[in-house]
Amino acid sequence: MGIDTPMKDRVFKSVGTRPTRPDGIDKVTGRARYGADFNMPGQLHGSILRSPHAHASIKSIDTTKAEKLKGVKAVVTSKDFKTKGITDPDLLDIIDNCMASKTAYYDGHAVAAVAAVDAKTARAALKLIKVVYKKLKHVTDVDEAMSPGAPLINKKCFTQGVEPAPTKASNIAVRSEFGHGNVSEGFQQADIVIKRTYKTGQSHQGYIEPHACVASISPDGSGEMWVCTQGHFVFRQQCAEILGLDAAKLRVTSSEIGGGFGGKTHLWLEPVALLLSRKANRPVKLVMSREDVFRASGPTSTTSIDVKMGVTKDGVITAAEAELRYASGPYAGAWASYGAMTSFACYDLKNVKTVGLDILVNRPKTTAYRAPSAPMAAFAVESMIDELADRIDMDAIDLRIKNAAKEGTRSSYGPVYGPIGIGATLDAAKKHPHMKAPLGPNQGRGMACGFWFNFGGQSCTDLNISPDGTATLTFGTIDVGGARASMSLVVAEELGIPYDKVKAVIADTGSLGHNEMTDGSRGTFASSMSAIRSCRLAIDDMRQRAATMWDIDLDDVTWENGHAHAGGSSGSNHAPLSIADIAARAHKTGGPIAGHAQIVADGAGVSFATHICDIEVDPDTGQTRVVRYTVIQDAGKAVHPTYVEGQFQGGAAQGIGWALNEEYIYGKDGRLENPGFLDYRIPVCSDLPMIDTQILEIPNPNHPYGIRGVGETSIVPPLAAIGNAVSNATHVRMTQVPMSAPRILSAIHANKDSD
Amino acid sequence: MWGGLRPAVGGADFVEIEAKTIRLLMTKLAESYPKLEPLIEDGVAVSINGTIYQDDWSKIIPTDAEIYLLPRIEGG
Amino acid sequence: MSVLVNSTINGDQYEFVCEPDETLLDALRDRVGMTGVKEGCGTGDCGACSITLDGALVCSCLVLGAEAEGRKIETVEGMSDGDKLHPLQTKFLEHAALQCGVCTPGFLIAAKALLEKNPDPSEEQVRYALAGNLCRCTGYDKIVRAVLAAAKQMRKA
Ligand code: FES
Ligand code: FES
Repeated sequence: MGIDTPMKDRVFKSVGTRPTRPDGIDKVTGRARYGADFNMPGQLHGSILRSPHAHASIKSIDTTKAEKLKGVKAVVTSKDFKTKGITDPDLLDIIDNCMASKTAYYDGHAVAAVAAVDAKTARAALKLIKVVYKKLKHVTDVDEAMSPGAPLINKKCFTQGVEPAPTKASNIAVRSEFGHGNVSEGFQQADIVIKRTYKTGQSHQGYIEPHACVASISPDGSGEMWVCTQGHFVFRQQCAEILGLDAAKLRVTSSEIGGGFGGKTHLWLEPVALLLSRKANRPVKLVMSREDVFRASGPTSTTSIDVKMGVTKDGVITAAEAELRYASGPYAGAWASYGAMTSFACYDLKNVKTVGLDILVNRPKTTAYRAPSAPMAAFAVESMIDELADRIDMDAIDLRIKNAAKEGTRSSYGPVYGPIGIGATLDAAKKHPHMKAPLGPNQGRGMACGFWFNFGGQSCTDLNISPDGTATLTFGTIDVGGARASMSLVVAEELGIPYDKVKAVIADTGSLGHNEMTDGSRGTFASSMSAIRSCRLAIDDMRQRAATMWDIDLDDVTWENGHAHAGGSSGSNHAPLSIADIAARAHKTGGPIAGHAQIVADGAGVSFATHICDIEVDPDTGQTRVVRYTVIQDAGKAVHPTYVEGQFQGGAAQGIGWALNEEYIYGKDGRLENPGFLDYRIPVCSDLPMIDTQILEIPNPNHPYGIRGVGETSIVPPLAAIGNAVSNATHVRMTQVPMSAPRILSAIHANKDSD
Repeated sequence: MWGGLRPAVGGADFVEIEAKTIRLLMTKLAESYPKLEPLIEDGVAVSINGTIYQDDWSKIIPTDAEIYLLPRIEGG
Repeated sequence: MSVLVNSTINGDQYEFVCEPDETLLDALRDRVGMTGVKEGCGTGDCGACSITLDGALVCSCLVLGAEAEGRKIETVEGMSDGDKLHPLQTKFLEHAALQCGVCTPGFLIAAKALLEKNPDPSEEQVRYALAGNLCRCTGYDKIVRAVLAAAKQMRKA
């Protein structure tokens, strides 16, 4: 059930302030425990053997020698995964990705694993495992994978979403289509029509902490796991299904998480650790190396996108069309459909059609990365908007304002919008001093908009009032960057007590009902909604206690500013009771005071952002420098503004890295050539300027405080904002991301040659 | 409804159904269009007047509301 | 064959055993229990494992445990003075210079090494001094501000 308290104009006391976070001291003193910082008594060390081939069928795996090595306690291969009875295709893909069964689908695909008394023995054992591969032809490029002669990755892949279903297998896994109106009529009304193809490289979430877990299962089928994850309840559910355990008997504790951005929503090594532990009957610790993280844990899609748009001379976009081809790795995904849904979501379009195609390739399984699939689509569309503006000689921001979606607009993905913030971010951008600041030589300014859905989902919280009147909130979503601070603020606000009288704790899976991941920007939105309900239940309880203490009717007790007040006919002469007063007498009025809430928090409210950036391009080398950057985004209500700014800045920095540098590079042999931070270069401190932020607060009518998700949208605009800035600085249009120095330079040269 | 569902309802891009809650709507849809059933089970989100509901199927649908079915979304 | 190593860690004498090919990072984490030193890459590219060795800033993943014999090591665990946080630690908290916090120990050590050499760095100097430390969460903005604020406070003290 959702919470039905509508947002009203309220004045906040705690929410909106900027206290230091409760988990902060542990994190600046080295005390906080992350995935790899935990050990269990008697634990073994696990290690995973990975395929060196881009695509190969596995003829045989001989593990006898490894098993005989002294100190080796367990060896597992895909044979140890019992998949009989599992019908969910997504779960079967997860299992196959954790441990290849018949085919190794990409360079780095796991084929066997070992647990031994120490890491050295485990590594030595891997060398003794003999795998016979038969190499198959591979394909890593998304467009090549669609071409007629391309090697088939899955012979049973018949494109979903096409009626009648195709009879021939292909690498096109899923087709999805969105839109309304009639695009061909729309293009006829246009004065200018542009069509282009854009490509984006495959980027990785790049969290600094590699995946790690410690798993322990006893022969009676009960177990525990310590793991860095964005969702320990979901991990528990999936691991229990994979291993045939009762979910309730598997207790999963989430460690502090060293970044996730979507990459830690997915199982990579946890089922393997559990299997090793079950076989050895000892705890097993499994930690990925950085190289493994790049080769075998989920990057985003590499894409190829055709966009066609038409505009009249006075700036009305009459039609927009796109085909978006997204690589999903060797397994089917819905990545292209998110691209297709989000691509034109910022605009009010009469005629729009988008088609998404998810393509199988020999690359790691694609996983969510912050507003998954939206940045690539936005790169294509927002680049073209600038080009259209240029062609009709209109300011790019004015063209956007003129065509921006508003309340009542039918979105390009179907529904009609309620109150939304795209117009507000554009107006703020137009007024922003950054827009008018002078530019230096070789500098260009670009802007772009971005959209993301946000969502809510299942959440569960417990609020307990201690005998001294302080409050503990137990919640089940991971703290990826300030959630405990935000939750404490919400509880302080609702109960009317100081922030430092609240302790927010993240429960293990044994202590609370199911909670979904911290993803989709849902953490603060959904958990705060549940926390507010918990508080309100506790307040009801405390009103009852006060009525008992005063011996008056419940109806005569009101709650204000953290106090029970006697009112009505019966007892106006009683002094108000604080939470501490009521808690101190709890043992005489019915026992401990608590509020437990479980909700499905829907109605997260879509979110929009507009970014502005200045780029300087060295015309001789193509080298770029980000000179200035501004993020403007709607947060609904910023619970802890500093951490909201942090989300905006972090997302922008990731987008800048993707735009300029980051890309998986595959050799002719289909092997990943840059599985490390040296060659897969994410932005460092000296690459970036300060990132200015402007938080807009357009309340979300579906949340009692007006909160929207804020975590993801900020990664959507940077690719195009930078592309537009580079184009304004150099007068060449970049259609491929990353816009590395050599690519920019060759575009400049090509442009000169054609002049 | 979104393109992915259209094949299951004989190509139509909208259908008319009377229902009080999302749950009833889904039941009725599945009765009228059996091919939709497996898709509805876990692949669908519902937008009521622009607000997306992925799970809260007890939601009361206001009269004359515009309902739009779209794929469920995952985030990062 | 294991080796026995004697070093001074955060001012205290430690004796630990490690393999000859074991990194100082692993030895600190697994033998000494200083898990504030993090591994982000193991190849010297991320700075999460930053420590000072005889006052010099190094990536402990690029040093062997055996090389620490007779030398002075400082890790994040030794930064605060009893229950008094180092100004860098305080400013990191005040400025929300950490989101996930896994990069924080490395940044604190690198920033401390910078401020010991240069108590009044410019923004650009801070950015270059910290360029060996990766942070994926913050975009560095709040980290740089925190370091500049700490430098200012330390100059006053
Ligand atoms: S772990 Fe040493 S630099 Fe990354
Ligand atoms: S705060 Fe997460 S990597 Fe820096």
